[in-house]
Amino acid sequence: MISTKEKLQPEVLEAVVIRFVGDSGDGMQLTGTQFSDTSAMFGNDVATFPNYPSEIRAPQGSLYGVSGFQVHIGSVEISTPGDQVDLLVAMNPAALKTNLYAVKPGHTIIVDTDAFDRKSLEKAQYKENPLTDGSLENYRVIEVSMTSLTKESLKEVEGLDNKTITRSKNMFALGMVYWMYHRDTEHTIAFLNKKFKNKPPVLEANTKVLNAGYYYAETLELIPNAYAIAPAKMNPGTYRIIMGNTATAWGFLAAAEKSGLELFLGSYPITPATDILHELVKHKHFGVKAFQAEDEIAGISSAIGAAFAGDLAITTTSGPGLALKGEAVGLAMMLELPLVIVNVQRGGPSTGLPTKTEQSDLLQALYGRNGESPVIVIAASTPANCFNFAYEACRLALEHMTPVILLTDGYIANGSAPWKVRSVSEMPNINTNLVKHASEDWHPYDRFEDTLARNWAIPGTPNLEHRVGGLEKDKVTGNVSYDPENHQEMVLIRAEKIRRVQDNIPDLTTEFAESGDLLVVGWGGTYGGLHTAVKQIHESGYKNIGFAHFNYINPLPENTENVLRRFKKILVCELNNGQFVKVLKVNFENLNIAQFNKIQGLPFSNDELIQQFKNQL
Amino acid sequence: MENTATQKYTFKDFASDQEVRWCPGCDDYVILRAMQKALPEMGVKRENVVFISGIGCSSRFPYYMNTYGMHSIHGRAPAIATGVKLANPELSVWVVTGDGDAMAIGGNHFIHVLRRNIDLNIVLFNNEIYGLTKGQFSPTSLVGQKTKSSPYGNTQPPFEPGELAIGAQARFFARIAGNQPKEMTEVFIKAEKFKGTSLIEVLQNCVIFNDNCYAKYTDKDVREDKQLFVEDGKPMIFGKNKDKGLILNGLKLEVVNLGENGITASDILVHKANEKDPTLHQMLARLKYPLVTGIIRSFEDVTLGEREEALTAQVKANSNFKKTDDLFFSGETYNVK
Repeated sequence: MISTKEKLQPEVLEAVVIRFVGDSGDGMQLTGTQFSDTSAMFGNDVATFPNYPSEIRAPQGSLYGVSGFQVHIGSVEISTPGDQVDLLVAMNPAALKTNLYAVKPGHTIIVDTDAFDRKSLEKAQYKENPLTDGSLENYRVIEVSMTSLTKESLKEVEGLDNKTITRSKNMFALGMVYWMYHRDTEHTIAFLNKKFKNKPPVLEANTKVLNAGYYYAETLELIPNAYAIAPAKMNPGTYRIIMGNTATAWGFLAAAEKSGLELFLGSYPITPATDILHELVKHKHFGVKAFQAEDEIAGISSAIGAAFAGDLAITTTSGPGLALKGEAVGLAMMLELPLVIVNVQRGGPSTGLPTKTEQSDLLQALYGRNGESPVIVIAASTPANCFNFAYEACRLALEHMTPVILLTDGYIANGSAPWKVRSVSEMPNINTNLVKHASEDWHPYDRFEDTLARNWAIPGTPNLEHRVGGLEKDKVTGNVSYDPENHQEMVLIRAEKIRRVQDNIPDLTTEFAESGDLLVVGWGGTYGGLHTAVKQIHESGYKNIGFAHFNYINPLPENTENVLRRFKKILVCELNNGQFVKVLKVNFENLNIAQFNKIQGLPFSNDELIQQFKNQL
Repeated sequence: MENTATQKYTFKDFASDQEVRWCPGCDDYVILRAMQKALPEMGVKRENVVFISGIGCSSRFPYYMNTYGMHSIHGRAPAIATGVKLANPELSVWVVTGDGDAMAIGGNHFIHVLRRNIDLNIVLFNNEIYGLTKGQFSPTSLVGQKTKSSPYGNTQPPFEPGELAIGAQARFFARIAGNQPKEMTEVFIKAEKFKGTSLIEVLQNCVIFNDNCYAKYTDKDVREDKQLFVEDGKPMIFGKNKDKGLILNGLKLEVVNLGENGITASDILVHKANEKDPTLHQMLARLKYPLVTGIIRSFEDVTLGEREEALTAQVKANSNFKKTDDLFFSGETYNVK
C-alpha cells in the first residue's frame, strides 16, 4: 500500500473528468470502476458512464472494438458523468482516434506508445503516427511505454504467461492515474486480493504493476504536477456506488420485502434492460422468482399470471419490447392487477440505437395500447434514485391495483453514482389490497372508496373463486357485460382511478427560483445535466430562472399547473422530438411554452443547455 | 397449504352461475361437463383450481367454471399459466385453448411450455377451424378445405398437434374424441395426477363452421373400427371384433388382421406410455388409420418447478443474505461522516 502522505503539495481542483479507453480486452471497465470506487471512498462525489462496443468480440485494435469508461469526480456536487474530459488514458491508436474529440484543448492524454506500431496504426486508419506528426500539439501528451514497463516489472514473477503479463498493463495506467490524482492504492489492492485470492501469481502481477505505474508517475518528469480533489459535502451515512439498473433491481427487492410478497420477474433479454434480469436472478436467497421467458409477450404474460396468483410481479424491457407487450399491458389494466413494467429506454424507432440513450418512449408508455387504457407512468432521474422509483412503482401498483410503467433510460441505467444505502425499515409502507374473507355480497371488482382500487383475491383463498378477463365487465358483479352505459361508466372509473393517484404522490417542486422569467422543465434521466446547467447559469447571475423536473407523468402532480403558471416562459428539454411538451400543452392551455430537443442518442451537453437558456431569456 | 380436498364436491360445485353461451350441439358442452365431473374426483380443493384461457370459442370456458379463472388474450394462456404456477406451485392450473389460439398466434408459448415441463394441464379444443371469427382456416385445417378465408381450398398444410407437441418434448399427450365424455373425464383426472405439462387434444366438432369434420373417426357406428384407444400395458388391438392390431414393420406401423398369416395377439405391439423415447409415440400421434386416441404418451420427468425449488433451496442454504439489508450493506460500502 502506498500512502498519499509522502507526496508534495498537489494542485487543488474542484472536479475532474477522466476517460479510460482501450481495446475490449484491455480491462478499461475495471480500471474505471476502481478509480471511481477509490474516489468515492475518499469522499468525492462521483458519476460514471461506461461505453462498450456493440460487438461482443470485436477484432483487436479496431475502431469499433474500443471500450471506454468515464469517471467524473468532485469536491462539489457531481450530477453527470461530464461532457469533455480533462484526462484521456488511451491504450491504443484506435482508442485515441475515437476519443480525441472529447479531450479539452490543452489537457492531458496518456498513451501506451508500445501500442502505436505500424499494424495498430493501420487498424485505427491512421496514415501517420499521431504521436509524431504534430496533430496532438494542442494537448499535453504523456508518452509511456506501458507494455514494456509492465513486462519489465514482472520479469521476476514466476508462473505467468504472456497473456497475463500483457493484460495487467491496465494496472500500470491505473497506478499512474492514482498518483496524478493523489489517490491511495489501498482499495484496489484489497480488491485484487479478493478477486485473485486463488491465483497468487496473477495477484502478485497486478499488485506489482499497479505499484510500478504509481512510482513511475511519481518519478516521471513528464508529469509536472499532481492534483487533489477534496472530499465533497455529502449527508452522513453509509454509501455505495451503484449502477442504475442494479438500483432498479434492488428497489424491487426492497418493495417485495416491505409488502411481504414474493417477487416475480418475467423478462426477455433486451439491451439496455437485461442487467436488471441479471441482477434479480442472483437473489434466489430472497425467494425471487426470475423467469427468462421465450419472448417479450411471455415475459409480461407470465408476470400477469404471477400477479393474479398474488406475487409482486415485474417485467423489464426496452422500447421495442414495450411495443410487443402493449396488448398485455392493456389486459393487466383491464384485469386491474398490480404489475410493474420497466422500460429502460434506448434510441428508437424500431431497432434504432440499442446502446444509446433517448427519451422517446414517453408517448408509447402513455398511449401505446388499444382502447381507453390509462396506466400510471413514472420516471427515475438518476442512477441512484432508480431504487426509489422502482420501489415507488411497486407501491403505487399494489395500492392502486394497476399496471405502472417505470421509465428509465440507457444513460442512467448504465451510469453509476453514490447511493446512500436505504434500509427497508426506512422505506414508506406499502398497503396491499389483498382480501382473505368474503362477505355475502362480495364481488371481485368491489372498489375502495378513496382510491377506487379493486380488492385483490388470490387463488388459494376459499370462497373467493372468481373469473377475470379482458372483456368489459359489469361495474358491480364483474361479470361480462356488453351494456353500453356500463362500458362508458367503467372507462370513466378506470380513468378516475388513475387520476386519484395524485393524492398519493408528492407535489412538484422547483429548484433555484419559485417564480420568474424562465422555468426549465425536464423529466426522467436528464435531471443531472439540466440541474447542473441551471445551477451554473443561476450562479452566474441569472436569478429569474427556475427548474422543475418531473418523475410523475401520469398522473401529473396536482400542483403542476400552479407551478408552470408562476413563470413567464417554459422551456421543456427532452431527448426526443417533443413528447412531454405535448402532454403539457394538452393538459394546460395557453402556456408560453418552448421546447429544446436533442435526438442524437446522447445526453445534453452543458454548453448547449446554457446556450439554449440564454437564447430563451 | 394443504392441497388435498377434505370436502367431497359434486360437479355442481364447479359450475358457475353464468349462462353457457356456446352454439347448441357444440362439443364444448361435453368438455365442460366432463371437466366438472372430473374435478371432484381429483381430490383438489376448489380454491386451488385455476383455469386460464386465451381467445376463441373454447376460451369462454373459465367463465363457466366456479373456480379461479382468467379469460386472457389471444395465444398467451400458456405463458400466463406459467406465471400462475411459478407464483404458487400448490395450484392446479389448467389452460383451455383452441387450435388457432395454441398453434397459430400462441405457437411460441405452446412449444415452450411443453419444453419446460411445468406442472400444468392444457386442454386443446381442436375443431380445425376458427369459430369465433366465423369460419377461417386454422393451423390444423386440411389442405383443400374450403373456408371463408380459403374459398378455393386451403393451401397450407396442417400441424398434427400431437406430433408438434411431442416434437416440443411433451411428456404427456392424450387425444380424445369430443363425443366420448366418460373417457374424457378419465383422461382429465389422469392429466391432473401427471407431474409435468399434460396436453389433452379433444377432437371437437364445430357444428356451425366445420360440422362432421371428425365423423369418419368418431361416429358411433365407425369409431371402433377407425379409432385405436390405447391403454398403457395393453396390446394395440382395435376393431368391432377386436381383430385388428398394430405391428412395427421396419420403421412403419402396419395394421394387421389377427388370425391371418399366422398373426396372433402376441405379435401385436404393447402400448408403453411411460417410454422415454418418443419415436413410437410420434408415430402413433401421426397415424390416420386407425386414429389413435387415449393417453399416447405419459413419461414422468423432472418438472421445471422441481428444478427451481431445488435450486432455490440450495441457494438459500448457502447464502448469508436473509434480508435485503444484508445485501445492501454488504461488500463495497463506505461511510461519510
